[in-house]
Amino acid sequence: MDLDFEIIGRALPYLAGGLQYTFQLTLVAATGGVIFGTLLALARLSSFKPLALAAAGYVNLMRSIPLLLVIFWFYFLVPVLLQSITGAERPPQIGAERSAYITFVMFEAAFFCEIMRAGIQSIARGQAGAGYALGLNYWQVMWQIVLPQAFRNMLPILLTQSIILFQDVSLVSLLNVTDFVGAAVKVAQRDSRVVEMYLFVAVVYFVLCFSLSAAVKQLQRKIAIVR
Amino acid sequence: MIAITNISKWYGHFRVLTDCTTAVSKGEVVVVCGPSGSGKSTLIKCVNGLEAFQQGEITVNGVSVGAKDTDLPKLRAHIGMVFQNFELFPHLSVMENLTLAQIKVLGRTPEAAIAKGAALLERVGLAAHAAKFPGQLSGGQQQRVAIARALAMDPIAMLFDEPTSALDPEMINEVLDVMVDLAKEGMTMMVVTHEMGFARRVAHRVVFMDKGEIVEDAPKEDFFGKPRSERAQLFLSKILQH
Repeated sequence: MDLDFEIIGRALPYLAGGLQYTFQLTLVAATGGVIFGTLLALARLSSFKPLALAAAGYVNLMRSIPLLLVIFWFYFLVPVLLQSITGAERPPQIGAERSAYITFVMFEAAFFCEIMRAGIQSIARGQAGAGYALGLNYWQVMWQIVLPQAFRNMLPILLTQSIILFQDVSLVSLLNVTDFVGAAVKVAQRDSRVVEMYLFVAVVYFVLCFSLSAAVKQLQRKIAIVR
Repeated sequence: MIAITNISKWYGHFRVLTDCTTAVSKGEVVVVCGPSGSGKSTLIKCVNGLEAFQQGEITVNGVSVGAKDTDLPKLRAHIGMVFQNFELFPHLSVMENLTLAQIKVLGRTPEAAIAKGAALLERVGLAAHAAKFPGQLSGGQQQRVAIARALAMDPIAMLFDEPTSALDPEMINEVLDVMVDLAKEGMTMMVVTHEMGFARRVAHRVVFMDKGEIVEDAPKEDFFGKPRSERAQLFLSKILQH
């Protein structure tokens, strides 16, 4: 086979742009997912049953549908749904990139919810009791006492989930968004250099994810000692 | 100051408290004792509303704990509580443990809260440990910090839920000493404990519980001298034998 790796050098600026979008989407989805997921976790643990049920329903729905389907759903069906609600003449144009941000925050929140729920439950009830006994209210107890400890305990798992998220982001290339994989696909098709491009992309993903995983493992060890 | 009237509590069908009635007046030290599982801890946690109860009434300074419109956080801010397992906040330094609620609940400035915290640490003999984290302290030291944390709120009464039960024997006295000092200063205290030496030294009254009921509620001299109930006699003979 006749391989030409020089193509990569020439396409590098374009690929870097794609990688930047991938990072951006990962960061936004992880941050938004943790925030929304934590609120979902508090809702699931609420003693107010309707709230707990609604949150559980949402989480189970998201976790039972393939990510790809959720991506399509938000991209193709939500605009139509919004149109029927608002009564506009044409479906509102959300755009693939913006749609991807919303999709990933909503989808990842379901997974981060379950992680944070386990984290909150890992904090002994006595801790919350001590907070209440000092006169703190529910939000103060959560924000000052329970969540910092839960977040700290769960940090390695949250980061591991974020690495998975980093890989899952590549699915947006199917919406013709120029993420890292999307950029590579476009270059590969334009220059008919599929093998080189896909090989390069795989290597970059491997190096990034493997070193990040190693860093998480290191962090996990550090946290274990301090505790 | 604390009035407990006909309190009953159930966990499902299991009745953990049955018609408990007692009171703690201002400046009084009441020791609650009894075999494990007798409901002592549950009862004391009802006083600041950490545990709900289904029947009866508890008032603290005239405010009903169980009433729906009671501002529980506000009430709790004035009732200090010390737990069996200390329950210091492990992610905060000793000083932060002491200042958190002062700032968030009482609205004190950080400077005022730190000054108060430092004075209380000095008082419990731990001034040198302000910057440490709870995990770096011994059990006895942690419990003294927990007492200081409760005192930082200027409580009108203190609740102690088996404060020495989780401690190694050599650390029990350092905690009891702090409690004895508090009692001598006239702090209103309700103390769940098995430390009968402490009860003899500072208690005014002893409440004896068994199977969720208050079996005996008597002045200290009467309780140790001539307990009327057979169950209290049996309990005393068992724990005072050694």
